[in-house]
Formats: sequence, structure tokens, C-alpha cells
Amino acid sequence: MSFLDIRGVTKSFGDNRVIRGIDLSVEKGELVCLIGASGSGKSTLLRCINLLEPVDDGEIVLDGIDIAEPGLDPRPVRQRVGMVFQSYNLFPHMTAVQNVMLAPRRVKSRTPAQLEEPVRALFRRFGLESHMDKYPDALSGGQQQRVAIIRALAMEPEILLLDEITSALDPELVGEVLDVLRQLRSDGMTMMLATHEMGFAREVADKVCFLNEGQILESGTPGEIFTAPKHERTRSFLARVL
Amino acid sequence: MKPLSLALAAGLFASVSGAALAAGNACTAGKTLTDGKLTVATGNPAYYPWVADDKPESGKGFESAVAYAIAAEMGFAPGDVQWVRTSFDEAIQPGAKNFDFNMQQFSITPEREEMVDFSLPYYTSAMAVLTTNAAVSNGVEPTVDSLKGVIWGADANTTAVPMLMEIVGPDRDPMLYGDNADVTAAIQAGQIDAALFDLPTALYLAAVLVEDGTVLGQFPADRSDNPDQFGLLMEEGSALKPCVDAAITALTDSGKLAEIEAQWLQEATGVPVID
Amino acid sequence: MSLPPQGAAPTRRAIYESRLRRRSNLIAAGSTAVIVAAIILLVPLAPGWEAVKKSFFNGSVFARTFPGLLEAFLLDIAIFAWCAPLIAVLGLAIALCRDVRNPVLFPLRAFGALYTDIFRGLPVILVIYLVGFGIPGLGLPRPWNSPYIWGSLALIVVYAAYVAEVIRSGIDSIHQSQRAAAQSLGLSEADTMRYVILPQALRNVVPANMNLFIALQKDVALLSFIGPVEIFRQAGVYKSLMANFTPYVGAALIFLAVTIPATRYADYLMARQRGQR
Repeated sequence: MSFLDIRGVTKSFGDNRVIRGIDLSVEKGELVCLIGASGSGKSTLLRCINLLEPVDDGEIVLDGIDIAEPGLDPRPVRQRVGMVFQSYNLFPHMTAVQNVMLAPRRVKSRTPAQLEEPVRALFRRFGLESHMDKYPDALSGGQQQRVAIIRALAMEPEILLLDEITSALDPELVGEVLDVLRQLRSDGMTMMLATHEMGFAREVADKVCFLNEGQILESGTPGEIFTAPKHERTRSFLARVL
Repeated sequence: MKPLSLALAAGLFASVSGAALAAGNACTAGKTLTDGKLTVATGNPAYYPWVADDKPESGKGFESAVAYAIAAEMGFAPGDVQWVRTSFDEAIQPGAKNFDFNMQQFSITPEREEMVDFSLPYYTSAMAVLTTNAAVSNGVEPTVDSLKGVIWGADANTTAVPMLMEIVGPDRDPMLYGDNADVTAAIQAGQIDAALFDLPTALYLAAVLVEDGTVLGQFPADRSDNPDQFGLLMEEGSALKPCVDAAITALTDSGKLAEIEAQWLQEATGVPVID
Repeated sequence: MSLPPQGAAPTRRAIYESRLRRRSNLIAAGSTAVIVAAIILLVPLAPGWEAVKKSFFNGSVFARTFPGLLEAFLLDIAIFAWCAPLIAVLGLAIALCRDVRNPVLFPLRAFGALYTDIFRGLPVILVIYLVGFGIPGLGLPRPWNSPYIWGSLALIVVYAAYVAEVIRSGIDSIHQSQRAAAQSLGLSEADTMRYVILPQALRNVVPANMNLFIALQKDVALLSFIGPVEIFRQAGVYKSLMANFTPYVGAALIFLAVTIPATRYADYLMARQRGQR
């Protein structure tokens, strides 16, 4: 059994069937990239795994527990599943370090004294130690997104879901965020990444899934998907974005 | 409604007015709002015993009867008397008035005299303490000492406010209200123990409006340095004032005024005096 | 903003703008002067002016009544002072009721909606009468039937409805993504509201609430209808005793002395907030 097993998941918003039966396995330490056109269901799938959206049907088994069970308290799950958003979603009324400490303090009842050292270490590691006490609007987009990643990491999640986290960034800022992901990958963090950065996916992904109209049309190693796509739709998508 | 009752009133008094050709006497000529007519203002609503059933044109009620008597003295037939309604504020606002005189228990005070004209007094009122039987059984007594300790209310638009301070001097600041109805509501709600009114008004409120109401006693008019005397209110510098004063003097001298008072305000004599 | 750095020569634009500013100041000052002069010269020519002046702008009446009005205004301030915090608390509670997302708590949500509908739909004076005379009329003993208590309560319930709507609009103005971010971190609904949504929402609605509290400062005078002798009632007593409206003008001046600075401050806050966005 894999660390994360997604089986037959469907999700509709009204008449709009956004996810039409997805099966996907993620092993511990793997980096899985979800690629596909806008509206193909990448973001929704990630939000379902974080339980921000309840799934209609199917199972999401995390480490042996079906977290898609209706009525399940989502909070323990979310502590294990970190999420980073396209638009950073930092809390603008808090400094960077307050953003990072909020959840560990309120959810895990840690004291600021307990958190001081590990949080500082995270900021230092990702080159933001001098920005800890700044408010988000004083930070660049790339810095904000790195703080958002630190915020998710501070909860010590077992898997990190990253939803097009470089899409809102100016091109010259994309690199610094991708560097963070490379570091996390070398640490062995399990990650699912919805992305349009095909070069990055090709370079670091263990598995690439091509989503089309709410289904995984094909998946495989970067080599299989990028050099020898089987489906016509995959080929035409890649032709457009590469 | 109004035109109909006016017509009724005119009919009622038809025998009195007889075949009078020109209304008004030599004094009033050209001095009224409408030539040949006398326009009298009262409150809205007008309360008993000042006006019976809120119908001043009936001639019933003390002020209504006095108005028709004054009108008759000045040579106006009852059918030539027209009624309008005003609030206190309308009565004192600057600018042209819509009445020849306004009678709604306006107390004559030197300060008011600076702004408007008053006639000679047509009634001198005692002040009376309106309360409830419940308050009385709770120990409110008709003595100034006892009354100092209660919570007082009064109509803010009346001279009862300075009277209260002068005669009683309550320990706590009194509550003041915009009209009689609100004062009675506050008594009913138990928010005030007693309220000061002119005696006839107090009797009416106790009998009709305040459930369980009673008049504890009266302070005779001579108790105050400025007794509560009611006058007709007229525009400052009114040319009609000498005519009105002459009429009131005549009514006083002839005993007619006392007669009307005895007819409508006789109850007022039976109320015990507060020491 | 267009000011050049200190010491540097003004830019072409700065020169142009200062010339523009000077000209519009001149026009504004000139037209104001003309209008004020017209009022001062023409109004006294009106036939009723002497009477109006005596009735509304009577110097000796003003001097005699103003100290008493000021003293009565202390009661307005006191009523405001104890109502305002309670309004803030109740308004926040109602706003939170209306934002409840748990379907089990639907009755709470419905209550919040009904509450704001009813109390925003009623004239304040009506509520003051109904609550101020009605509830004590049920037979409450002293001091629990005091018009101060129930009149204040009437103000509180009405203004809380308005404050609740303002706060709710503030909550609605916070983007869903903030809620999603907080929840993805494992925060509970309550913690999300308390630490993430509310601090932002409340900050956004400070100016709107300031305006409500300025309105409250004026509506405190309505309590006079059920007995308390605050400035409006005191002015009425003077008016009645002297048959003169000047005390109302005095009361108006006292209100303005408080509300104008408060209004300017609210506007300043609002402008500053727009500048931040």
C-alpha cells in the first residue's frame, strides 16, 4: 500500500464535473507533478486531498486511513497535509514570523519560546532570516511564497500540496521558489505539485500525471511523458507549453 | 369632520347669533386675521376639562366656554369663531401667526412676555400632585418632606418644572417628558412616583388616563411667588390685546368668568391642601 | 507626493500644480466670501429677521442657558460612554451569528438575520418608547425599571443591528482564500475567525463604525423622550420657560463641537485606509 492512495475520486460543482474518477498513488518521499490545462482539475484534486473541498465519491487513503469519509473531522488530517497556494495567502495583518507561528501555537499549543528556534532555523534555511519581522506587503512575491512554504512546513506535515505556487510570480522570482522545492526534495519531503513549469517537472519529478477534463489521461516518469507521450491530447498540450 | 361639527356648532348657537350683520365691535375692527372672524387656537389634542371631547367648537369645557364668552364680549357671534390647532412650539415661533389668540393653559411668565403677548389672566391655577394609590400605600404622604424624597416627573413644556423646584425642591433630579401622555406612561411604568400639573389637568389625568391614579393634594396658587396664571397668547405687539383684555375684565367684573369656572372646574375645590 | 525632495529645484509639474492650487484657492475663497457677505447683508433685510433673531439668536438667552446646556450634555456623554462598548460587543456577537457556517447552527444564523432586519427596520424613537416604557410597565421593581437602563438598552439593540451589518460586510470583504489558508493549516473555524478573519475585517470597518457612533452620539438625545433630562430636553425646558428657541441653537453648537471633529477624524481614517490599498 502506498503512502497516499486516491481511488475513484469524483467531484462536481453543480453540473460541472470537475473530477471524473481519479486513481493515483504517491509513495513516501516522492515528488508527483500534476500537469494539464487550466480547468483540468489539478487544483481541485489538491484541495480535495487537503479536505478544503469534500469529494463526492471515491476514497483518499492517507497512511491507511480513508480521509474522504463524509463527516470526518478535517483538522487532524490537515495537520498532516500541508498546502501552499498560488496567491500565497499570507495573513496580511501578521508579520512573516507571526504567519508561521500561528498554526503551531493554536493547533499544536506550542509556546513562542518553544517555536523560536525551529522557526528561525526554517527562515535561515530559506534565506529569509532578515525578513522574519516584516509584514507581507513589505516582501516580494517570491519572498512571500517562500514564507508561505515555511508556514506550511512549520506544522511538520507528512505531505506537501503545492498549487501552482509559481504562477503568480514575476519570471525572475520563479527560480528562488523552485530552489526551495529542490531543497525539500533532497530532504525527502513527499510532495504533490500542480505546475506549468514543465522544465522543472521534467528535472525533479518522480512521476508526472497529465490531467485532462478531470481525469488522469496518462502518467509516468518525466521521460515517458515528455519524450514519448502516448496520447494525442498529451502531445498537443506539450506542444503548446514547451 | 371639522366642517360638519363647525356647522353643527353654528346651528346650535344660531338663536344667539340671531341676525347680527357685522361681526366684531368697534375695538376689533380690522385687527383680526380675517375680518369679521375670530380665529382661536387650542392644543392638539385638547384635554378635558379645558376642552370637552377634544371638540372646542362645542363650547363645552372651560377654555372653550371662556373663548366663546370672550368672543361674545368682543362682538363675535359663535358662528364667527374659528378654531385651529397648534403645538406650544408653533405658538411661540417667530413669524406670522395663524390665530388671533391661542389658549391652552399658557402660564404667564416675564420671560415669555418678552417674546409674545399675554392677555390678563383668565384663570389662576393651583398646582397638584398626581400619583397612584400604589405609591400612596407605599408611603408617599401629602407633606413637602415626604414629597422631597420621591422621584418626580413633569411635562417639560410647562411651568410645572420651575414650580416643582420652588415649592418641593426634590432630592433627586426630576424626569421630564414631552407631553402628558408620556408623563402618565412613566407613572404607569413605575419610573416616577409623582408628577406636578395644574390642578384641573391633574384631576383629569388621575380620573381618566392613569390607572389607579389619584391626586394626592394641591399647592394653592398663593404658595408660589409666581402663581400659575393662564393667559391668552398673542403675537408680540398684537393690536387685539386691548380688546381681549377689556373683554376679560368685563367677564371678571360681571362674574361670568367665575360662573364658567364653577361649571367646569368645580371639582378642583375639593382637593386637600399640602402643608 | 508631488513635492520635490528638499533642496532640489521644483519640477515643471510641481510649479504647474502649485499655480493651479493657488488659482483654485483664490476662486474658492472669493466665492465663499461673496456667499457669506450675501447672507450677512441680505438676511437681515428680510422683514421677519428681527423676530427670528430675537427667537433664535438671542444673546442674553444664550448666555443664561448655555452653562446649563453644557451641564446637561454631560449626561449625553455618560449615556454614550456606557452604550458604546455594549453596542460593539453585541454587534460583534450578532455579526458572528450571521456568519455561522455549520448547518446545525442554522437557527442562530436565522436569529441574526431576523434581529438585524427588525431593528434596522424600526425608528429608534419607537424602540425607545416600546422598550423604555413597555418593559418597566410589566412591573419591574426599582431600580430595575429605570429609564436609563431600558432607554440605553433600546439604543444598544438598535445600534448593535447596524454595527452587526457593518462588521458582517467587513467579514464578507475578506477573501475566501484567507479562510482556506487558515483552514489548510488545521485551524478551527473559531480560531480562523478570531485570528485571521476578524482582525482584518474589523480594521476595514473602523471608519464605517465611527460614522455609526457619531450618529449614536446624536441619537442619545432621543432618550429624553422617556424622562432623562439631557441636553435636548434641557434646551426644551428653557425654550418653554422663555418662549425662545435660542437654547436649541446653543445645544446644536455643543453637538457640532463634538461631531464635527469626530466626523473629520472618521473621514481621515477612511482616506488613510484607501491610501493603503
